[in-house]
Amino acid sequence: MAVIETKNLTYTYPGASKPSILDVSIKVEKGEFVLITGPSGCGKTTLCRTFNGLVPHFYQGELKGEISVAGIDTLKHHTYEMAKHVGLVFQNPENQLFALSVEKDVAFGLENMGFPREEMRKKVDWALNLTGIYDLRERSPHEISGGQQQRVAIASVLAMEPEIIVLDEPTSFLDPLSAEKIFEVIYDLNKKQGITVILVEHRLDLTAKYTNHLIVMEQGQVRFEGKPREILSSEETRLIGVGIPKATLLYEMLKKDGLNLSDIIPLSSEELADQLLEALKPID
Amino acid sequence: MIEAIDVHFSYPNRVEALKGVSITIKDGEFVAIMGQNGAGKSTLVKHFNGLLKPSLGKVRADGVETTKTSVAALSRNVGFVFQNPDHQLFSETVEDEIAFALKNFGFAADVIESRVTWALNLLSLTQYRKTSPFLLSGGERKRVALASVLAWDPKTLILDEPTIGQDHEQKEILRQFILQMQTQGKTVVIVTHDVEFVAESNSRVILMKEGKIVADGVGKDILTDPALLELASIVLPQIAQIFTKLSPLGFPKNIIDIYEAKEIILKAWESRTQK
Repeated sequence: MAVIETKNLTYTYPGASKPSILDVSIKVEKGEFVLITGPSGCGKTTLCRTFNGLVPHFYQGELKGEISVAGIDTLKHHTYEMAKHVGLVFQNPENQLFALSVEKDVAFGLENMGFPREEMRKKVDWALNLTGIYDLRERSPHEISGGQQQRVAIASVLAMEPEIIVLDEPTSFLDPLSAEKIFEVIYDLNKKQGITVILVEHRLDLTAKYTNHLIVMEQGQVRFEGKPREILSSEETRLIGVGIPKATLLYEMLKKDGLNLSDIIPLSSEELADQLLEALKPID
Repeated sequence: MIEAIDVHFSYPNRVEALKGVSITIKDGEFVAIMGQNGAGKSTLVKHFNGLLKPSLGKVRADGVETTKTSVAALSRNVGFVFQNPDHQLFSETVEDEIAFALKNFGFAADVIESRVTWALNLLSLTQYRKTSPFLLSGGERKRVALASVLAWDPKTLILDEPTIGQDHEQKEILRQFILQMQTQGKTVVIVTHDVEFVAESNSRVILMKEGKIVADGVGKDILTDPALLELASIVLPQIAQIFTKLSPLGFPKNIIDIYEAKEIILKAWESRTQK
């Protein structure tokens, strides 16, 4: 069952001279982990904003085409109605945080949905622990670092346990090890609880391994959609400025020079190292 | 030249963010400061243009102690681009944003015009010249913030997380530009988590942890030392990860460059096929 479906979606911000997304038709199945990438300014963020109705309800402007998220037409329903189905983690955490304490920020959505106090406590603690910020719960979100703020933004969305989580470069301020841990947490929720994940990322080195469904955008349009191994090994993808994982690039350089590696295109260093160990193992 | 001598710094009501940092950055160096969130990286570089003054110790920029001059005077020579562009941008158009500091520094109108055009072009922003910075994407706003500082051509450039939100191509442009600055004898200091960007840049790498410097050296040595990287919460660059796993074949571990990696693997393959 498709949880997100758009048909010929085109949107122009108020006062802009051309559309930010143009004729976008995509389909996301329930439980998928979708990765969206593409050059800076290609419309990734705008597309994410359509998933919970921020575009067009908050940003105004002109939206054409069809969109259905969790079975709901976002054009006919408000953003707050979408909130229990779709959690959106913004690119800049400061745009999302406003409460006096980290804990209150994480509890905010649950309060609005009217959860009993006990249950709310449990969900908040669960999300704080999962994102590694339990110790920060009484601090003000505005006196912590950018990376910590990103964890708070992620925790506030996870606490609501939405069916769909949309994350727009959610770990850009985090150090790589912390970023990796957060991606693992999200991947785990996707695998174990079947939460649909839409992740916007430039750093495919870190994230390509989590997905089977990659969308590459350029100038507001979907340029490539499908299996990451195929898309990331195509010359055209490289030409539009997508950062191909180093392992994939090295694999191709070696293959070109005649090294007989397997036909499975590696997306991570582990995958390539395994192939190389096999290809180069000592001859007895 | 920037010199920090046993710098300590505490934020009001908070733990000590810098616990005795000493470092010398020479003219023409390209330095990447890396480390965990909260390690004190941003706090340290904010001392370089006098935005913060040490609680103890000294910071000198070109021989002038930062406590004995103003941020305004220092910033002519030391340009600073913040991590979050929204802390920096305020003008109504991209063009005005870039021209702002140039006007403040008293450049002539024709110089301002040509510097603005140059910076817009360098950072692929020409099409947004008359656009409000707030209508741009996160990655584009970051480039506007960078353009506004590059425009006045400071001698030293400090960039806090310059690659956030930038695609592969923009990162490459940034890297080329930094190399070009180096050839002009200018100093570039970046604070970054982007281990791949640093691995490709051949810069000096400084690792920080809990307000102190824990390592200082060349990328090839530091970025391939798993124990050091763990201290700083950084993962090995992809190429180093591959070579760590290939060590049973007798390969060196300290490889971060993709072309060097290719040569080593091909050589091993040839000697294997000759057997």
